[in-house]
Amino acid sequence: MTGVVLLWVLGVLALAGGVLVFTLDSMARVTFALLGSLMCVGAVVTVLGLPYLGVVIVLMMVMEMVIMAVFMIAYMMNPAGLMPMSMLHNTRGALVISVAVFAALVAGIFVVPWPDRSPPRPRDTTVQVGVSLMGEQMLTMVTLGFVLLATMVGATALATRRGRYDRLGDDLDQRPAKDPAVGGVGR
Amino acid sequence: MTEAGTWWTLLAAPVLLLALAGLAVAGSALLDARDAGRPVRVATLGRPFLGVPRALLAQPRRLPAPDVLLWRAGVITVPVAAILSTLVIPFGGAVVADLSVGVVWFNAMEVLTWAGLWLAGWGPNAAFSLVGGYRFLAQGLAYELPLMFALISAATGAQSLRVGDVVAAQHGLWFAVWMPFAFVVYLAGVLAFSFLGPFAYPAGRDIADGVLGETSGVDQLLLQAGRWLWLASGAAMAVPLFLGGGAGPGLPGWAWQAVKTVLVLGLLVWVMRRLPVLRADRYVEFAWVVLLPVAVLQTLVPALAALG
Repeated sequence: MTGVVLLWVLGVLALAGGVLVFTLDSMARVTFALLGSLMCVGAVVTVLGLPYLGVVIVLMMVMEMVIMAVFMIAYMMNPAGLMPMSMLHNTRGALVISVAVFAALVAGIFVVPWPDRSPPRPRDTTVQVGVSLMGEQMLTMVTLGFVLLATMVGATALATRRGRYDRLGDDLDQRPAKDPAVGGVGR
Repeated sequence: MTEAGTWWTLLAAPVLLLALAGLAVAGSALLDARDAGRPVRVATLGRPFLGVPRALLAQPRRLPAPDVLLWRAGVITVPVAAILSTLVIPFGGAVVADLSVGVVWFNAMEVLTWAGLWLAGWGPNAAFSLVGGYRFLAQGLAYELPLMFALISAATGAQSLRVGDVVAAQHGLWFAVWMPFAFVVYLAGVLAFSFLGPFAYPAGRDIADGVLGETSGVDQLLLQAGRWLWLASGAAMAVPLFLGGGAGPGLPGWAWQAVKTVLVLGLLVWVMRRLPVLRADRYVEFAWVVLLPVAVLQTLVPALAALG
């Protein structure tokens, strides 16, 4: 019973946070409204009996949203995202897409054949999550990991203006490297 | 073996944490006096606490166009997260909440200080305090991943995320002994998330105290308290993670936990006064090029031990 009440309260709070994302006009407030919404999602997952995933969602989302705030503020068109601004772009198209996605997800709730839980739920669900992610899906996880890493390295390599010849000279023999910011280990 | 959830633990945990933090502040004041050549008396220990009533009575500073809501949220988040992190730290046989994911809980609460400090920097609408907030994030990107791998090392050694199981897995041999590097990285992480000593860069003197600079009165008190509460909480968590928890000969569990926590806290206070402030850009490179690979290798040790 408490669980059901909690789920409803958290669900409504998550939605309210989502609405605030599009109604507030400050980049920082928008980011932290989104963070609040995602923390409610983490709490929902915890109440549903997956505390590991729930707490990890909170952990990762705090880090991601704070870093996102830095980049959102840095790359906004008006002076550094510091001025009031609207989060709405392409309002009609976005409305159509979001309504369609929402409808599809809600339909999914009713269409998916949910398993009826006949065996009792294990006390610690973290092991079950780990086994189902890392057991049969190990190949998927490893591939995904490498794809993500390659994407990050590739994107960084493409985005940076300076290459190794800028750092180490034409013969790659310049030590220490010529960097705009000197690092801590003197490479 | 750990008894969870009795009502008095809920009150005892914050009080104990506050007492530990106070002890650290007093110890630091004592070392301050000794280093400055002032006479060390009993009054020396109380000196930093004279600022508390002054801060409570101080008139708040007014600034043009602050984001009051976010500022308050950030300032409150830091000490509150520190207190929440103690929920999973066993003290002898008692713990507030024996969560099955206690180690992750501690980590998540610690990460909340990222949000708290950035907001505390953003809120006052002032350049230096925002720079301080950004500095903490740059520092966070450096210390967080090695710290996470240190926590993962302990959890892998115990094959459980429950702090009670981590303690139980250290019967015979402390994790600090066969995972020394994880222990050191963890202690460095504690100093980093309490932004004290070598990691006081976000509140650096070169930017007029950074995140602390524009705060006044109760706000400043809360942020400063948050630092020391985090130091105390980190020291208390080091004991179940790496030093065998309350295990020890002769004394009861809570006494050993207290003794070990005070020793770790003393070590941290002593070390943080010995090291110069590190610039985040320097520490980032050191963390990613040296600390992180070694932390990953350190995690491999308990992983192989678990497989073998």
